[in-house]
Amino acid sequence: MPERMLTTMRPHASKRFISPKRWATFLLGTCALLAAPSVARATLEVVATLPDLAALARAVGGDRVNVTCIGRPNEDPHYVQAKPSFIVTLNKADLLIENGLDLEIGWLPALVDQTRNAKIRPGAPGLVVAADGVPLLDVPSQPVTRAMGDVHPGGNPHFMLDPDRGRLVAQNIYNALVRVDPSGTEVFRANLERLLRQIEESAAQCDSMMAPYRGTKVVTYHRSLAYFCRRFGLEEVDTVEPKPGIPPSPSHITDLIAGMRQHGAKLILMEPWHEHRTPDLVADQTGAKVVELPVQVGSAPDASDYPSLCKAVVSRVTAALR
Amino acid sequence: MRRLFCTLLCLAAATSPAVVHAESDAATLNELKREMDQLQQQMQRLQEKIEAIEQKPAVTPPQAAPAAAPVASSWSPSQPITLMSSGASYLNLSFDLITDVGTSTEKDVSKLELGDHDPDQRGFSLRNAEISLDGAVDPYFKAFANLVFKLDENNETDVELEEAYGLTTSLPWNLQVKAGQFFAEFGRHNPMHPHAWAFVDQPLVLARLLGGEGLRNVGARVSWLAPTPFYTELLLGVLNGEGETAYSFRNSDNTYGRTPVDRGVSALDDLLYVPRVTSSFDLTDTQTLVVGASGAFGANDSGSDTSTQIYGADVYWKWRPERAQRGFPFVSWQTEGMYRRYEAGADPAAGLSSENLDDGGLYSQVLWGFHLNWVAGLRGEYVTANDSAYDNLDPEERGDRTRVSPNLTWYPTEFSKLRFQYNYDHGEEFGDEHSVWLQLELLLGAHAAHKF
Repeated sequence: MPERMLTTMRPHASKRFISPKRWATFLLGTCALLAAPSVARATLEVVATLPDLAALARAVGGDRVNVTCIGRPNEDPHYVQAKPSFIVTLNKADLLIENGLDLEIGWLPALVDQTRNAKIRPGAPGLVVAADGVPLLDVPSQPVTRAMGDVHPGGNPHFMLDPDRGRLVAQNIYNALVRVDPSGTEVFRANLERLLRQIEESAAQCDSMMAPYRGTKVVTYHRSLAYFCRRFGLEEVDTVEPKPGIPPSPSHITDLIAGMRQHGAKLILMEPWHEHRTPDLVADQTGAKVVELPVQVGSAPDASDYPSLCKAVVSRVTAALR
Repeated sequence: MRRLFCTLLCLAAATSPAVVHAESDAATLNELKREMDQLQQQMQRLQEKIEAIEQKPAVTPPQAAPAAAPVASSWSPSQPITLMSSGASYLNLSFDLITDVGTSTEKDVSKLELGDHDPDQRGFSLRNAEISLDGAVDPYFKAFANLVFKLDENNETDVELEEAYGLTTSLPWNLQVKAGQFFAEFGRHNPMHPHAWAFVDQPLVLARLLGGEGLRNVGARVSWLAPTPFYTELLLGVLNGEGETAYSFRNSDNTYGRTPVDRGVSALDDLLYVPRVTSSFDLTDTQTLVVGASGAFGANDSGSDTSTQIYGADVYWKWRPERAQRGFPFVSWQTEGMYRRYEAGADPAAGLSSENLDDGGLYSQVLWGFHLNWVAGLRGEYVTANDSAYDNLDPEERGDRTRVSPNLTWYPTEFSKLRFQYNYDHGEEFGDEHSVWLQLELLLGAHAAHKF
């Protein structure tokens, strides 16, 4: 803009001295232009720990937010690297959205301690725990010890593949955005309503796609697809891991194969970060199919936003069963 | 949607009497029971749906998390006291045990292994059993304590308060202050606890320059996160710099043959200053580089106005693919170089004039997480020093040394590990030595997450 002003003024400048009045106008204009960004509302800096949460924040926040995501789409959310660059990202955050239920316990606390950002510390208004108010599965009914493997004491944290629970998370994010940026309430509400509608439509499509396959028996690698299976009527008969987070042992594999044959389990569902050797071996022995699922937004081209995520997952399941 | 629920209730009410009237033998009753159960389940599912749908008008505040609070009232005397659970985390408590077994061609193992947590004898040794406590004090402070127990050659227990400090969390201007007893933030290896080490033993250059127990002392440290687009942190530690854990400074046990002068703190330059700058760059999505430079400047006890300067540079590079399973595979490379000038005072009684003891060295290590839970490591080290009059008293202490250590570590889980290491040692004064060590580590409890 200032360049254009200069070029329009050039003919005058070549002729004679610019009049004081023009100078004043020019200076005032430049000042106004320079000041403009600071007068306009600042974009809210939102950091999400995981891609699904980032996608929801982008959808609800629209152009009032700038969303950065720490975990990558095909990265195991338990084992995200606490790279120092995230300290800088978190230092500038107005809002931090975490999954909760200790999913990020291995890496997030170390980062947050180094950020010196009081806005996003536990208990501060800028911290959103996605799991708040979400009905949970696998809440341990007995005291948890590590002999059980990596059991999350608060319940199974992998709820984002259930669109109904995803809608609750979208509302949690909406509430937090309103809390830190009340002037955006109208925009956020309109965005939220549109998002909820999209999720609902997509979930309905997933329901009809899955209708012929309800009750299919499956095996999952980790207990991370429990919400998905329950929502869409798949019956989990076992996991490739003997206990959460414990690598498969030969004796467990023997039992798993026997159990799958007995139950007639048709699929082995897994996330992109697990090794393929064991599932392939088990599939070979049982005739089941191994299906790698795009479990987070961005992990496949057809899972580009949250509403399309469950369709992307369901389409891979139905394709394998067809 | 409430209407749906009511309709269902009416339906339930209408169907059950109809069935009851039909026949009343045991079989029908059972069937009835089953049907009622089914209906009840159906109603529960509908109720869940209704609740979900009712939240659609969006503006409802988030409900209190139902599963988040395993309440204190459920405690009974037969249960262990829970200090940390997903509902309450007042204090993280962990216990870490490291024990070694192995042997060496050198009978006096402690001549080769200089670190305080290294295996110190042939056969078994237990040089690190630590209790760590950490947690948030209040909205302004975090606190951390590390109590270490070690067994010496006579199986007597040594206890030390290795670290005990507070850390601010909410200071303005990107500042953070640490105060108490802590490992000085000099380089990468010095602040690390043995359980985070990639090898059985401490690098030689750290043992020679910073001391076998590491450079740690009581003091305070302020750090500033610079407003650069990439991570840059500037730190300045001010420590008392006294005793065995300030090995090259006011340490009366290490004055290189001079009668120690107990200087105490009479001026600001009697304290120990540890500045550091560190930066990090994400080279690609899968590669990260961290570089740093550190210094340690303070008085030493070999004279009344003598001082020590230590300089260090460090680099760390790591590659890990996005689809890593539990952090594997990965490759990392870490190198640290250090140089020290120790101004030794004159002690005519010992026949020593004043001189500068210049020591330096480096280690470089590569780790390759080649398979899930398996890491292969290789470390090379070199330490050297200038010639000094002191060397006549103890030729080995500052003699040139080279060490090469391949190792292999298996992590059954993140909480346990088994490590096998071979050390080839070559010393200017002692020739070639060979050692093998097997190390077991067990970590119990809630341990604070590590920095990158």
